[in-house]
Amino acid sequence: MNRPIRVLVGKPGLDGHDRGAKVIARALRDAGMEVIYTGLRLTPEQIVQAAIQEDVDVVALSILSGAHNHLLPKVVDLLKSEEVYDEVLVICGGVIPEEDIPVLKEKGIAGVFTPGTPTQVTIDFIKENLKR
Amino acid sequence: MELVERLLKGDKRAAARLITMVENNDPAVIAMLSEIYKYTGKAEVIGITGPPGSGKSTLTDKLTKLLRKQNKKVGIIAVDPTSPFTGGSILGDRIRMSDLNTDPGVFIRSMGTRGHLGGLALATLGAVKILDAYGLDYIFIETVGVGQSEVDIVKAADTVLMVMVPGLGDDIQAIKAGIMEIGDVFAINKADREGADRTKTEIEMMLDFNEGDWRPPVKKVVAIHNEGVETLLESIQRHRTYLEDTGELIERRSKNSEREILDLAQHSLMKKMVGTEEDKYEIKVFAEKVAKRKMDPYTISNEIVEKITNKKD
Ligand SMILES: Nc1nc2c(ncn2[C@@H]2O[C@H](COP(=O)(O)OP(=O)(O)OP(=O)(O)O)[C@@H](O)[C@H]2O)c(=O)[nH]1
Ligand SMILES: [Mg+2]
Repeated sequence: MNRPIRVLVGKPGLDGHDRGAKVIARALRDAGMEVIYTGLRLTPEQIVQAAIQEDVDVVALSILSGAHNHLLPKVVDLLKSEEVYDEVLVICGGVIPEEDIPVLKEKGIAGVFTPGTPTQVTIDFIKENLKR
Repeated sequence: MELVERLLKGDKRAAARLITMVENNDPAVIAMLSEIYKYTGKAEVIGITGPPGSGKSTLTDKLTKLLRKQNKKVGIIAVDPTSPFTGGSILGDRIRMSDLNTDPGVFIRSMGTRGHLGGLALATLGAVKILDAYGLDYIFIETVGVGQSEVDIVKAADTVLMVMVPGLGDDIQAIKAGIMEIGDVFAINKADREGADRTKTEIEMMLDFNEGDWRPPVKKVVAIHNEGVETLLESIQRHRTYLEDTGELIERRSKNSEREILDLAQHSLMKKMVGTEEDKYEIKVFAEKVAKRKMDPYTISNEIVEKITNKKD
């Protein structure tokens, strides 16, 4: 079965623009993926409920607000309490200080991509780390 | 089947997974759909179509919120028939419905075109049945109205809502063939813009040529400001009552079922005919012989039909 990888792309947090999320959405689309674009200012609860309904393989979050240490682990926790974390790869991109990356990984964010990472790196990461 | 049991108990994840199976043409899906069929038919299915960007998703969001106040559970299938058949796509209808994400009485699913073997219309119908058996009261199918395949998708609905915008004059002319006829209720969205009244008149004039007992109401709305949405919902619900009272509901559903049976049969015949690479190769070999006048296409096609009708799954 040749099914496309389904990815939810969204932007949690309150800060204003979604340029980063759009860039990654387009790159993933061009790589043949089916992107469910949810827009900005989403709460972790909204992201997780959308991910469940859309039955996505990947949740890719773009974040700029500095609230990553709070919001991203929250998404993972909710995915776990909904019993879908085992099937969904969670990655994020955005301005994230180097020292926070190991903490985020520890908390279940599989991949963290800082600005300037070629999109191909993200694409390859997704393909190699899908959970199903 | 465990997933089906969970679906019938109202398990969101089971519903989501079953729709994925439909989308992927999972071999188990036909048995599953036939198992749940007897639990379907209760939901009111509303097709929402209209030109790109006319406000279909925004309006669906507002209609859903109203229905939620009436304590109805709502499903939304947002179909993007313009996404390419192969390759990736971006499905963005959810952007307009963010607040609905966390409402346990709402289920939203986005569907792209991709390689749906049985066609997008069949995949959509499968998803509708899953959400129906899951226990939703209303199911919206949103799809952009530009061509025949989209018409096929919304035609499967009990009620079709056409979402137009002011100043579509020429567009109305262009799309009226085939598309105007399927609207049961018309919304002129973005009525905050100039020209809404003129567009209403133009649509009314075209509707004057329609036959049938139901005169489609034409309602002005401003979806972003939630204006006119209540009246619009009343029109939609009035259409439903009309369908039930006149027996047209069952008539309409029979017509849809007729098409569905034929589509499914055609799909399964095609699968038998060209389901494998081997089958496709065989036809290519015949084709070459036909082109070289060593065989004729009439005999060959007859033989193929005979062969596949005797072939078991
Ligand atoms: N002025 C005005 N703009 C509106 C109204 N309703 C929706 N819009 C805007 O129109 C744009 C498109 O709205 P959508 O709801 O995404 O339209 P759509 O028909 O679902 O679009 P597609 O699914 O892409 O075909 C958005 O920017 C909305 O904010 C309205 O009543 N008035
Ligand atoms: Mg839309």
